[in-house]
Amino acid sequence: MADTNKRKLIGTSFRRVDAVGKVSGRTQFADDLSFPRMVFMKLLRSPLPHAQIVSIDTSAAERAPGVVGVLTGSDVPVPFGILPVSHDEHALCPDKVRFVGDPVAAVAALTEEQAQAALALVRVEWKQLDTIADYDDALDASKDLIHTYGDDHNFHKKVSLRFGDPEAGFKQADLVLEDTMFFDGNTHLPLEQHATIAVPEGDGRVAVWSSTQTPHYLHKALTKVLGLPAPWIRVIALTNGGGFGGKSDPFNHEIAAAKMALNLGRPVKITLTREEVFQCHRGRHPTLMSIRTGFRKDGSMTAQHLKTLLDGGAYGSYGVASTYYTGALQTVTYNLPHYQFDGARVWTNKPPCGPKRGHGTPQPRFALEVQLDKAAHALGLDPAAMRLKQLQPKDSITANWLRVGSMGLGPCIEAVMRGSKWLERRNAMPPGRGLGIACSSYLSGAGLPINWNHMPHSGVQLKLDRSGGVAVFCGQTEIGQGSDSILAACVAEILGISLQEIRLCVADTDLTPVDLGSYSSRVTLMMGNAAVQAAERAREILARAAAEELKLPGANIVFADGRVFDAADPARGMSFAAAVQAAESRYGTIGTTGSYTPPRAPGRYRGAGVGPSPAYSYSACIVEVDVDPATGIVRVPDVWIAHDVGRALNPTLVAGQVEGSIYMGIGEALMEESAFRRLPEKLSSALVHKFPNMLEYKSPTFLDMPRVHTSIIEEPDANGPFGAKEVGQGPLLPVMPAVSNAIFHALGVRMDQVPIHPWMVFKALEEKRRGGVGRYGPKAFPAVDYGASLDVPTPAEGGDGKARNADDIGVRGGTMSETQRQSQEKPC
Amino acid sequence: METALKLNVNGEVRQVLAPANHSLLEVLRERCGLTGTKHGCELGECGACTVLLDGEPVLACLVLAVECEDRRVETVEGLSNGAALHPLQQAFADLGAAQCGYCTPGMLMTAKALLDSNPLASEMEVREALAGNLCRCTGYWKIVEAVQWAGRMSTGDMVPPQCLRERNAAGGCSHG
Repeated sequence: MADTNKRKLIGTSFRRVDAVGKVSGRTQFADDLSFPRMVFMKLLRSPLPHAQIVSIDTSAAERAPGVVGVLTGSDVPVPFGILPVSHDEHALCPDKVRFVGDPVAAVAALTEEQAQAALALVRVEWKQLDTIADYDDALDASKDLIHTYGDDHNFHKKVSLRFGDPEAGFKQADLVLEDTMFFDGNTHLPLEQHATIAVPEGDGRVAVWSSTQTPHYLHKALTKVLGLPAPWIRVIALTNGGGFGGKSDPFNHEIAAAKMALNLGRPVKITLTREEVFQCHRGRHPTLMSIRTGFRKDGSMTAQHLKTLLDGGAYGSYGVASTYYTGALQTVTYNLPHYQFDGARVWTNKPPCGPKRGHGTPQPRFALEVQLDKAAHALGLDPAAMRLKQLQPKDSITANWLRVGSMGLGPCIEAVMRGSKWLERRNAMPPGRGLGIACSSYLSGAGLPINWNHMPHSGVQLKLDRSGGVAVFCGQTEIGQGSDSILAACVAEILGISLQEIRLCVADTDLTPVDLGSYSSRVTLMMGNAAVQAAERAREILARAAAEELKLPGANIVFADGRVFDAADPARGMSFAAAVQAAESRYGTIGTTGSYTPPRAPGRYRGAGVGPSPAYSYSACIVEVDVDPATGIVRVPDVWIAHDVGRALNPTLVAGQVEGSIYMGIGEALMEESAFRRLPEKLSSALVHKFPNMLEYKSPTFLDMPRVHTSIIEEPDANGPFGAKEVGQGPLLPVMPAVSNAIFHALGVRMDQVPIHPWMVFKALEEKRRGGVGRYGPKAFPAVDYGASLDVPTPAEGGDGKARNADDIGVRGGTMSETQRQSQEKPC
Repeated sequence: METALKLNVNGEVRQVLAPANHSLLEVLRERCGLTGTKHGCELGECGACTVLLDGEPVLACLVLAVECEDRRVETVEGLSNGAALHPLQQAFADLGAAQCGYCTPGMLMTAKALLDSNPLASEMEVREALAGNLCRCTGYWKIVEAVQWAGRMSTGDMVPPQCLRERNAAGGCSHG
């Protein structure tokens, strides 16, 4: 029914529905709200990285001027967490702290200053434990445990999956490369600091207004910790001032504010400082990788063995998923017949890592794309042409059982080759100049929900008014990506009305059907499909009533330009409002719903739940660098990027996501890093953030931003609304490896690590001058026992998606018990 | 102790009480109810709180409100002319220069100061003027484009953004 010729909005660069609010200062973010009798809350955060709380005395703080309430861990003893398998966080730590910044007490006062002053009066007696600072500490079995669950010792999670017969694959190879690489941690740095206001409603109920990307999951966490019936808790996500994954977990300040508000019977507000935002973190996992790949002479891959070691920080967060994601998407870009993935996540006493734009996939993508470049060089092949020759075919199933639908990587590579004049310019670059290529792919939403159930991932409800207005209800959250605009446009398009006739009600757990949240690039595809379904159902009802009204039974009724009319004779018709009235006269109040559940994925082995998606986006990127060999300083004048988005529902919004991804990728490639340092011994030896501020956590400014040449490639996917796939995350992934590859092209040195600082380039050049290989990167990968692998035959081997040895390898000891897990996995 | 302050904000004189150590940012947001001005760090690092003081961009988190008496304060709320959007607001809305929108008020005010003195600012002049304002969403280019377009619109040079882009390209400074 969605006829291209009649499209009015979809495919055009219509103005965002929230644009005027945002340019006039009217859009309300969480901290912009205030309520009568509101008080302000601050959290006392641990100054130590790892310690037992021996005692905590809040009596002086309770008597301090302006203080109205104090909470400690015993007031909120129930643990929570985003994943059912790792409910390991508390709103306030009850017995031990695990990183500098872990909260132990909350104080509410009439002013923020009073609350802050009272924090200093809380007396805590600590017993310090070993600080687990890095992989080495985590692997040292003599050190204290951070958690008492997980895999062995300070390992949170270990995974080992084998698809096909990698050893046989390596035997077929003409060249086997083995590299150790490191991707450092970095953080989201949304401009908006997290803020929450909890408002008790006087009858036991509470409303929580928050800057969260996932109101549905916050609702679940609040329900669990507060012990209230779920319908008594209302979560409203305000438009987020940037998220990038950093506001996807339920946070302790959100839960403490709700508890405080219920205790006090008045609204409680908390706005985090920038330093606290750094402490909330959930950013990119620092990841050490070992990658071994077999290549034939033509550059095609015969097998790969990837090992990853993630530094997870102090809590679970999305970490189990993050661990799987470091292996899941290696197979969807190029044909890889045999593949082994071993992944592990360790606990350390640092702010918890979690999902940042690309969630677990930029690190192994960096390793793969840099190694492909090395293979091309070793085999004397053009790295772009070599990639083009081994693309994973469309409508195929990968070795690890992911179903690829539309696949536009070929046209993407060709577009950036054309744009950058790759073939003409690559062999004629002046000294210090280089061109590097890399590609990537990303999910358009995860195929499985976080809490396993059979319900839709996104729901949309329409209320059609006899005035001609349409109210659209959906739990989705606008975080800047434009989801409000896509929701409104999908409905307006199908009903043939303008955006002005649409009224949105979003991200409110009391009023809107569940959408799981703004993460994993899922919203356009899932919410879009639900919106299209709801609108198509409304159109059907209206068309029937209009045909009757027009006395044209069986006519082909068309909706366009605010009118409802006969396709054969457009003059015979009525206004959209008249059609609603005709329908309302016949059937009563008009409302419809739409929902979306992703198709079932073919993988049946344990771990097959991470990686499947209804559709994969594809990106190719060529970066030009200008490196000064005297200093190692890397400048990036130009980036060419082509992104297969399936269908650009709004090309300006798509280009905005692409350019924003390039920006963030340049930051990750050249400057952004979560650096830590140890305080001197007399100051507790605590492990603290080196740069918990925006000045020294370097991110690109206007002057650092390269020119970006964007090509939007459209290979429509049958699973996407109007054919659309994701764009918010995929285009970030190829930037970092493309920068590294471009530096090699410029100077012949290999950067096996990001971010790439000038001194790293300089050191590699020095090494090369002394006759070495000219490389900067980690020296070795530690010995990690990943345990026995699940042995999964590939589709080519005639497998059925299951592991051969599933029954022999039970759940490893130490993980949350099966009963605990089941109780937490019950559908909401 | 709170001090009585008389502030001229967007041409409106407001009398407010505020502690003498409160920043202009705090007083605008918490005492005047003007929450359009945002904060990202309160340390003068991100540019989100930029307002104009006697026409010059300042970081409202680093200026004490008591220093602003008898001076002209302009915030994003005063940018439009009644219901009519300022050309910068139109350009930001139409060209995708605002995504999450959180840095936008600060960007707009910094850009206004630039265009008031230099409506035909070059691409590099725009980038330099805005270099102290961070944005995590857009990758900056759509903001540059919007500022340049708005400047040209206000001087009656109604060049569509597409042509502006081509013009910049001819000068060798396009981003494509």
